[in-house]
Amino acid sequence: MKLNYRIVIFALAIIFGLFFSAPSLLQTEAGKKVTLGLDLQGGLHMLLGVKTEEATKSRIKSIAASIKHFSERNDILIDSLTFTEDSVKFEVLDSDDNNAINEFLKDIEGSSISQEGQIVSLSLTDKEIIRTKAAAVDQAIETIRNRLDQFGLSEPVVARQGEEKILVQLAGIKTQEEEQRARELISRAAKLELMAVDEDRNARVYNMSSSDAAAYGDVILPDVKNEQEKYLVREIPILDGGMLTDASMGFDENNRPLINFKLNAEGAEIFGDFTGKSVGKRLAVVLDGKVYSAPNINERIGGGAGQISGNYTVMEAKDLAIALRSGALLAPIYLMEKRSVGPSLGADSIKASLVALIGGFVLVICFMVFYYRLAGVIANIALVANLFILLAVMSLFGATLTLPGMAGIVLTVGMAVDANVIISERIRELIYEGKSMHKAIEEGYANAMRAILDANITTLIASVVLYAYGTGAIKGFAITMSIGILASMLTAILGTHGIYEMLESKIQKSKNNRLWFGIKG
Amino acid sequence: MEFFKYTRTFNFMGKSKAAMVFSILIVLASYALLLTKGLNYGVDFAGGTVVQVKYDTTAPIDEMRDSLKTNEIFSGASISEFGSPDEVVIRMKTSTGNVTTDIGDLTREALKGTGNYEIRRVDIVGPTVGAELKEKGIMSLVLAVIGILIYVAFRFEWRFAVASIVALVHDVSIALGAITLVGLDVNLDVLAALLTILGYSLNDTIIVFDRIREGITKNRGIDLGETINESVTRTLARTTLTSLTTFFVVFTLFMFGGEIIHAFAFTLLVGVVVGTYSSVFVASPILLWFGFDVKNYHVKLAAKAQKNIEKQRIREQFESGVM
Repeated sequence: MKLNYRIVIFALAIIFGLFFSAPSLLQTEAGKKVTLGLDLQGGLHMLLGVKTEEATKSRIKSIAASIKHFSERNDILIDSLTFTEDSVKFEVLDSDDNNAINEFLKDIEGSSISQEGQIVSLSLTDKEIIRTKAAAVDQAIETIRNRLDQFGLSEPVVARQGEEKILVQLAGIKTQEEEQRARELISRAAKLELMAVDEDRNARVYNMSSSDAAAYGDVILPDVKNEQEKYLVREIPILDGGMLTDASMGFDENNRPLINFKLNAEGAEIFGDFTGKSVGKRLAVVLDGKVYSAPNINERIGGGAGQISGNYTVMEAKDLAIALRSGALLAPIYLMEKRSVGPSLGADSIKASLVALIGGFVLVICFMVFYYRLAGVIANIALVANLFILLAVMSLFGATLTLPGMAGIVLTVGMAVDANVIISERIRELIYEGKSMHKAIEEGYANAMRAILDANITTLIASVVLYAYGTGAIKGFAITMSIGILASMLTAILGTHGIYEMLESKIQKSKNNRLWFGIKG
Repeated sequence: MEFFKYTRTFNFMGKSKAAMVFSILIVLASYALLLTKGLNYGVDFAGGTVVQVKYDTTAPIDEMRDSLKTNEIFSGASISEFGSPDEVVIRMKTSTGNVTTDIGDLTREALKGTGNYEIRRVDIVGPTVGAELKEKGIMSLVLAVIGILIYVAFRFEWRFAVASIVALVHDVSIALGAITLVGLDVNLDVLAALLTILGYSLNDTIIVFDRIREGITKNRGIDLGETINESVTRTLARTTLTSLTTFFVVFTLFMFGGEIIHAFAFTLLVGVVVGTYSSVFVASPILLWFGFDVKNYHVKLAAKAQKNIEKQRIREQFESGVM
């Protein structure tokens, strides 16, 4: 026996494989492990779309709100303030105020202003619309991530997909109730608006259609508990959730849960101004288009703190506070794709694919020994090493093992012996031609090399395309196939060659070809 | 142990005409099936909803049907057994875009009173996602084929590339035909299986081609048909053995891999058999029929060798400082 560089590399590869696959196989705490895909451990996968056009709408709405506040604060008289999807329009009653208004509007980013007579209109530039839409997706990702972080799941995945899609993956969701809670937390718009009740017309709200209301610059909003109960409120809010700095759950004097919120300095100022001059009127606390409460304003409220009461359970109040605290979704989201797998199905899938893996593995191992004798044993050593290396590389990269990935491993077992079959057949051929064992092995490897390389590279091309264009589970399959092919080049070509070289003196001494390559000598 | 001891060359080319007729018939039959019956697109590509329910006894399918009728959402839903009598899947063409109301919850609600069950899987794919996945799927098939074509043309010769692509189209067509015949749901996993067949079948073909290329360079002057016969015969043992080992594992996957991997395993099973056949009987004869010219190939090889020698000479001159 003698050492050669091939056997040294092979030995190192085996040690590498054993060392780095151990944490995954033994499920020890330390070290990087292969993560199981959602289809194997159970969990929730969602692809969410973002209704970005709603983001520009709400941007316009808050511009309208700030124009209103500005004009009231500076005693500028404006009239017929209205807004559409992407523009705000109003009339300045006194032309002396034109300058002040224009100064103020100039500071609104990404807008273009035009004036016809005393009618001023402001619209968002195309560039600003694109920016607002992109920001809405970014913000939604950030918000959902914040919310899920507080949900207490391990490693939730929240990632952008394409331009307007968000991928959410939650592993380890066990029950339907948990799933439902997560979904509600994610999708909650949590858009808080404080709106003035139109006291002059509110009494007529039940006889009004929404277009009637719009004519007065109002909207009709339902009560959160009783959809039949309605409020007529001013369409342009006093302020919105963007000025919210904190929200937490608290309890009222009757020990019922409620939500405390705080506003930033600007919000506090607007809130103070409004409550100061609206004593005796009602303020509607609107969340996601529903009125939670509409208390009477008894005095000016400074300091920018407020409460939302409602008939919540502690859990609801807590989730609502989380949602408010982590920010509103600028644009609503909708479900494009959802896959949820229960933990029991995942466990069944692992069991079934393990049975297939072990079954296939045993069959292939027995067949190789039966057909090639010692050469088969050597090929099997390479095959086992291949599996360890495959697992080790996957662990190191933190790759996810999915069900198709398991199938990929099973398939690797079938195809990994291919290189050794090609080599062994070549060696047999050369032995028949009467070459010495040494020469047959050397030339066998040389002759087989080109075919093996070409065949493996083409399979790799298919795998890479599969990885680049595939989604989720398919990517997992492509990864295991690619790593399997690369590992098999190392083990089946280099490794087995090294073993033959190491055993060369033995092979040359024994004239028994039958034992070595399973042929009649 | 030896199955195929190389004693004499089999006359594969002599049987190539019969094989070709056979192949053409099967491929045409596959296309006829595809056109008449059509592929059964699953939820991944067509969009819709799949809910998998497992009962602790035999699933009361009729009772379930009645229960589902109470909610309009389930109109047009189909219920079928999935792997075992206690497990069923409910398939619907509809999907909901609402994040909070979930078809899984609705199903649970609707099935109340039909026994003890557990909802194990809910897949909802919206129509846009389905269309996108389909587009991506077709794109990946096409790209893989183009990539392989370029590689083979570069490493061998363009006729080899054409022949291997014809063999690939042959294999994938027949696999698609078989999928249509048994009415499998075509989902992402079936697509993965089709791409695997692509890689696998090509693997087989390339190894035969490599032998042919070797034979051409070695046996100057011998008829191409003869060379092909010899090459196919010499690789026959390897082709059969690798196909057998792969067949073993795919078959165990098919038998024991569970219902979820069933479609994937079935597609592969067909692919392994067809891929083996095509690398022996389809790919090589095409080489001949496309008029692969051995003499020309030799001239090209000689020119290539000449160029290398020339390069070598120039480098030597350069290194010795002549230039």
